Amino acid sequence: MGLNVSTCLSLGDSLNSMPRNLLGIADLKVSDINAILTRTAEHIKVGSHLKGFRHAAQTTSRKNIEPLSHLSIINLFMENSTRTRVSFELAGKRLGAEVTSISVAHSSIRKGETLIDTAQTLRAMAVDLLVVRHPHAGAVQLLAEKLDCHVINAGDGFHEHPTQALSDAATIQQRKGKIEGLKVAICGDIRHSRVARSNILLLQKMKAQVRIVAPPTLLPDRAQIYDGVEEFSDMREGLTDCDIVMMLRLQTERMQGIFVPSTREYFHFYGLDREKLAYAKEDALVMHPGPMNRGVEIDSNLADDLALNLVHDQVRTGVAVRMSCLELLWLKGSRELEQPNKDKVIDFPSQTRALK
Amino acid sequence: MEQTLIENARLINPSSDSDETGSLLIENGVISAIGIGASERANGEALRIDAMGLALAPGIVDMRVQLREPGEEHKETISSGIAAAKAGGITSMVCLPSTKPVIDDVSVVQFVARRGREEKGTKVYCYAAATQGLRGEQISEMGLLKESGALGFTDAERTIQDARVMTRVLRYARGLDALVVQHPEDRSLAEGGDMNQGRLADRLGLVGIPPEAEAIIVDRDIRLLRGTGGRCHFAHLTTRASIEAVRAAKRDGLNVSCDTAPHYFCLNEEALKGYRTFAKVTPPLRSEEDRKAVIEGLLDDTIDCIASDHSPQDQDSKRLPLPLADCGMIGLETLFALSVTYLQDLSLPQIFRKLSSNPAKILRIESGLLQLGMPADLLLCDPDKTWKIEEERMRSKSKNTPFQELEVRGLVMKTFVDGRLIFDREAEQGANGAG
Repeated sequence: MGLNVSTCLSLGDSLNSMPRNLLGIADLKVSDINAILTRTAEHIKVGSHLKGFRHAAQTTSRKNIEPLSHLSIINLFMENSTRTRVSFELAGKRLGAEVTSISVAHSSIRKGETLIDTAQTLRAMAVDLLVVRHPHAGAVQLLAEKLDCHVINAGDGFHEHPTQALSDAATIQQRKGKIEGLKVAICGDIRHSRVARSNILLLQKMKAQVRIVAPPTLLPDRAQIYDGVEEFSDMREGLTDCDIVMMLRLQTERMQGIFVPSTREYFHFYGLDREKLAYAKEDALVMHPGPMNRGVEIDSNLADDLALNLVHDQVRTGVAVRMSCLELLWLKGSRELEQPNKDKVIDFPSQTRALK
Repeated sequence: MEQTLIENARLINPSSDSDETGSLLIENGVISAIGIGASERANGEALRIDAMGLALAPGIVDMRVQLREPGEEHKETISSGIAAAKAGGITSMVCLPSTKPVIDDVSVVQFVARRGREEKGTKVYCYAAATQGLRGEQISEMGLLKESGALGFTDAERTIQDARVMTRVLRYARGLDALVVQHPEDRSLAEGGDMNQGRLADRLGLVGIPPEAEAIIVDRDIRLLRGTGGRCHFAHLTTRASIEAVRAAKRDGLNVSCDTAPHYFCLNEEALKGYRTFAKVTPPLRSEEDRKAVIEGLLDDTIDCIASDHSPQDQDSKRLPLPLADCGMIGLETLFALSVTYLQDLSLPQIFRKLSSNPAKILRIESGLLQLGMPADLLLCDPDKTWKIEEERMRSKSKNTPFQELEVRGLVMKTFVDGRLIFDREAEQGANGAG
């Protein structure tokens, strides 16, 4: 099968540049992104991200397919999420790790414990890897600064959602064979979207041509905020000749004031339907990070057209991408440990400190 | 008669823009002789201090500080605030009314004054709330508050938003010849904001506060002031547009003044990179372009004063995700050094005009000048001495400074209030060394 950790070593020196935490696309180099995408492609090729693979393979060589069986992962979700949380849970479990999920309703955050206290508590429990979603930008970075385990950002406020962007990139690569040179239009609530921020950064690093399409109230406040990104407020114009149309959810729960007059008007001008999609290339594909608001940003009929719409591919790929991220970060960490002091696998002094 | 003679000092006089070596004689807490003749007037029992060429300047009058007492003594107390102030060469300071309870009642003004007097250090004054409870609705008992010692009226970190209320505040204050201090920020534009609006805020996923929020209120209040008359002071200006508005108003002869704080000419929005909550302040740190405009405003005297805007915050208010963190940084001990370090185009007398004489003039308190008959509120400093800002050495109860580890120039060595030596760095270091 060839799917143990050592296969990752074939990815070569790219690991050395990989940061110890995955906080945002901004910190990743092109080689890091390629390493994750390559590993994702391997998972997809052998089907290790799918249900049943583990069961089928268990009969042959259990060790090989559970490279992270010694790993303890906590998913700390301080904001509602279904797909990202489940995706991380499955990714961890399919690699054999011990996965615990905490969501806000059950955690002591509600009881007034501060984020730092939560971090200290988790640290004391000797977690290897922490996956965090938080409603405020920068909160995941703050946690990462206080913890010595690996931290993955599963979305922080309006800031970044790196694994979503990586899933989108992997999906594009599967379907189009490349990312470089593609025309990608990101449409909708750019202003309040961490998915848009991560995607713009990633697509630009991978040399795609990025356009953003939205009413001016949903674009960043100061014009031309991203170098090389074209802004459109006319959707037909924005979609012209695009290879990929990436729709964003109209995040009504985040509106601080009035950004669009009504969902009816929004759908009329910015909702994706077949008529507007016709301006894009003939083989253009539609993406959506979900959950979709049918009749707000996407026509229901188009939402159901799975030949055009990659929404389920994105979710499926998401598990493989998250598996790759978990593996690569962990591998990076174990390589660091392997360096000068081999015997210092358990750092007693730091644990003593954590108990104080 | 008690005499103190300070000899061999560079006498920094902001009013005459002079910087000459000489002596200064203090008699009964008042400056009684400067320069030639000072030594001759001193009697045999006079306490003689050899300044050894250090600069003797009028003590700093810090017109904007938060001392958190009463109500938030875990962040700062009048006592810890004074300890920090005197080490920073501050001989008078004015605290904001945003305490708990709010300073909108005569009894709280008296409380703050009494607590200040008890400490026998830096003189502590306060502003009183311009509107009851800082709610921006009904004007406070300005007459009674002024009689009890309030130096002016302000809603502290809140802007008086309602134009009609602001008109009434200005008009009523005019009748009392009282100063109105406005924190200019349009709430509808600034509410919920984390930092300056712009590319960086967008990259960080933070909510931007547009620079227009400041200029709109400055423009509006200047317009109102033309109709009402009176004296209006804008606190901590940060943008080119608002400074330009004040410049134009002064040209027209209006009675406006303004200040800024060191962080607005030392730092720009880049300081928030990495979600550094210690750089979260209100108004927010602005663009590099605006930072330069603040320096220009100081150079051409559009900006009259530099105030520390000392806002102590404890760990629990700052070690949070940035959108949840409170605003503010401490500044009493770094006010002088940051001004000297970052305003190299200003001479020492010019810097002390911003730090001492101008604020005293605007607040109408007897201080801030090297002048016969003035209270001997003085500081002795080494303007060339470099030192490193270290939070663990700060005397303030809170340690929220973004300038940690910064190498700065200008160190206060001695501070005098009414001729009394209230701070002596050498003695303190000696004591620490011995202990």
